[in-house]
Amino acid sequence: MSTVKQSRISYDHIAANFQEVHPGLSNREAAEEANRCLYCYDAPCITACPTGIDIPTFIKKIASGNLKGSATTIMSANPIGASCSRVCPTEELCEGACVLNHSTKPIMIGNLQRYATDWAMKNNQALFKAGKKNGTRVAIIGGGPAGLSAARELGILGYDVTIFEAAEHAGGLNTYGIVSFRLPKEVSYWEVEQVESVDVKIKTNTKVGIDISVQEILENYDVVILAIGMSSVPNLGIEGEHLQGVYDAIEFVRQTKTNPITDEFLGKKVVVIGAGNTAIDGATCSVRLGAENVKILYRRTLEEMTAYDFEYEFAKQDGVEFRWLTAPVRIIGDELGNVKAIECIKMELTEAGEDGRRKPVSVKGSEFQLEVDAVIKAIGQSRYVDLIEEMNLEHDGGVVTINENTYQTSNKKVFACGDVIFGKGQGEAMVVSAAQQGKKTAHAIHQMITKTVSETA
Amino acid sequence: MADLRINLAGIQSPNPFWLASAPPTNSGYQVQRAFKAGWGGAVWKTLGEPILNVSSRFAAVSFNGQRVAGFNNIELITDRPLEVNLKEIAETKKKFPNHTIIASLMVEPKQEKWHEIVKKVEAIGVDGLELNFGCPHGMAERGMGSASGQVPELVEKQTYWVKEVAQTPVIVKLTPNITDITVTAEAATRGGADAISMINTINSLAGVDIDTWNTIPHVAGKGAHGGYCGPAVKPIALNMVGECARNPHINVPISGIGGISNWRDTVEFLLMGATGVQVCTAAMHHGFRIVEDMIEGLNNYLDDKGIASVMDIVGKSVPKYSDWGNLDLNYKIVARINNDVCINCNKCHIACEDTSHQCIDRLKGANGESILRVREEDCVGCNLCSIVCPVDGAIDMVELPNELPPMTWNERQAALGAIASNVDVIKR
Repeated sequence: MSTVKQSRISYDHIAANFQEVHPGLSNREAAEEANRCLYCYDAPCITACPTGIDIPTFIKKIASGNLKGSATTIMSANPIGASCSRVCPTEELCEGACVLNHSTKPIMIGNLQRYATDWAMKNNQALFKAGKKNGTRVAIIGGGPAGLSAARELGILGYDVTIFEAAEHAGGLNTYGIVSFRLPKEVSYWEVEQVESVDVKIKTNTKVGIDISVQEILENYDVVILAIGMSSVPNLGIEGEHLQGVYDAIEFVRQTKTNPITDEFLGKKVVVIGAGNTAIDGATCSVRLGAENVKILYRRTLEEMTAYDFEYEFAKQDGVEFRWLTAPVRIIGDELGNVKAIECIKMELTEAGEDGRRKPVSVKGSEFQLEVDAVIKAIGQSRYVDLIEEMNLEHDGGVVTINENTYQTSNKKVFACGDVIFGKGQGEAMVVSAAQQGKKTAHAIHQMITKTVSETA
Repeated sequence: MADLRINLAGIQSPNPFWLASAPPTNSGYQVQRAFKAGWGGAVWKTLGEPILNVSSRFAAVSFNGQRVAGFNNIELITDRPLEVNLKEIAETKKKFPNHTIIASLMVEPKQEKWHEIVKKVEAIGVDGLELNFGCPHGMAERGMGSASGQVPELVEKQTYWVKEVAQTPVIVKLTPNITDITVTAEAATRGGADAISMINTINSLAGVDIDTWNTIPHVAGKGAHGGYCGPAVKPIALNMVGECARNPHINVPISGIGGISNWRDTVEFLLMGATGVQVCTAAMHHGFRIVEDMIEGLNNYLDDKGIASVMDIVGKSVPKYSDWGNLDLNYKIVARINNDVCINCNKCHIACEDTSHQCIDRLKGANGESILRVREEDCVGCNLCSIVCPVDGAIDMVELPNELPPMTWNERQAALGAIASNVDVIKR
């Protein structure tokens, strides 16, 4: 994906800036690239994929023109394989493992995966069938990557699955949290449809704890999967945070995916606080909304930045400026309560802290102000601690404790996967990891249920 | 600068690159463009009684995305009146007196028909004649082309009729649609041919459309076999050239045809006994300009080898081409994998494991890295691993010292016959 050539930002047709950046491979490009794949035996790309997609097989199927088979190979290993083809850090995963790195150049696995799944999407293919019902009822709280993945696997295995989704649409981060020009929501909707096609019921606009009680779910279902992900961006804890023009990056991106694109950012100066992938999304969204200048402020350096390399490259190509070792001190408003400026302080790194990362400390007297119209907070996400506690699950600061083999929580009938178990040295943050955890959770549940059945038989 | 001129049975040409009798040599306009581009000669599209062609004529075979790996046509000989062709041949010869123009001819297998056309064509001035006994479609149904080329007696007789009146050298173009091409080649020489050319196209059906179930190509929903040529046929053509070149009863020069796309292919044909080559598909794929690299590449090759004239390499590999019974049974090569070059695609392993002799092991090195190793005692030297290996230099086929003196099958049988016993003289 790093080879994507970005088109110039349009200030006349702002909505056009939110079209998917890369048009996808043409038939000819896909055929040539698919034929270039060596079709390795016991290929390292398969091992490098967290969901273990049989990559040489799906690529061979593209070369032979068996696109339905190719999409099935991808989606059977990864129920959100269309989204992952767009958002995975492929150079660190499959493409990084391609043996051709040692001779010519690696196969564009992500783009080929997108080509095959795009075909299935365009041709309205239902790739999987629901299994024969086994009578076990499973409730999944949260219809994001992990929840969908678990649901699809359980649906194929014959479980009676219901997803409870707080938002209007399922898909979670893929639907709402990743920018349209990287991942259009239609891709996520198609993956949701694939899950529904194996008889999974999805109750949207249903917040657990509000629209349906935790008790009701625990009583009415044999197994519960908690896949609620994470919540909004926490407060910076500085003055001026409640001014007009201060945004939560996740909410900000969500607006660009749910509401019509407006020109309210046209000509504005924007700073984004933080340097993860969500910060990059906030920054590139601002550029694409027509902002005149967009800066990312990060209290550490490029070395500690958590954004993927290709995201960083993407932001730079979009003209985003990076200010390393810079932390916000206070946000300054005008008389109408709108953001006018931000005061920052320069930082320096000292010795490594508990998490192994060098701790930033402020440099005395280095304060300075930047004139800005908007501040976007992207310093991580808070957690749905209340719901976790209402379910009475063991957790560490909102990170639900699980058995790493079975994804079982402290309540034997409750399993957890995805971002809700990520953090404090547990789990992985990638979308593709959430998909794999969902799959493994489903398999662990199936093993538990079939074991119980055979024991009682 | 090496001397690229050739002399094929008395026919002089500035270089060994001729365009074969085919669509590229249909008109004076085309042949003149070709000569300007650098082609040394052209065999004019076959002259005869004008015919009617169908629409939808060519088809090609793609292999793993590579276009025109093979090419198929159902076009017939010239569809323009003889007089028009002769006029354009004369004009072209006048403009390019040093280039070679050969008239390809095809008429009914009757003496007077052959006499008539040979006289007419030679009257306007050509450098030689090529008798088309190879066209496999359409004309064959009328008793011409490969229909007569498949019957040795007809080849001999028609060649004889032509030679009765011809003033210029006569090349007989042979069809590969026959079990043993040396039989018709010999018949041509008995008839007096000055040279032979091969191969014409091979009977073929390019494909079937799996959606419409039509043949490829089809003419209003119906198909008929065509003639196959292009890179895919090169090994077939090269063998036929080699078989004729090493046959002691065929003592005429050979013009090599069949899948020649570049100077390397050309060198191979010359080494295997051809005096010059004819090209069609590569020009149809890329245009006449390909000849520039063919000339330059051949010249550089000869200069690098210190060879003064292209004629000096003709037939140099022929003595190395023989029968299976003359191969040394005690010769041994084995595969060796260079793990520092290997990229671990494991293609050699799975090819050997599933389809050859199960002698490539997947092991772990001292630092836990994946390595591949050949168990040489089980390796039969089949080459499969080195063929499927995608990296240059990762697998070498290495000669092992002979433990026994060379012994061919023929020698073994002779030895066995002589001693009339069951002594085992080869290593098992």
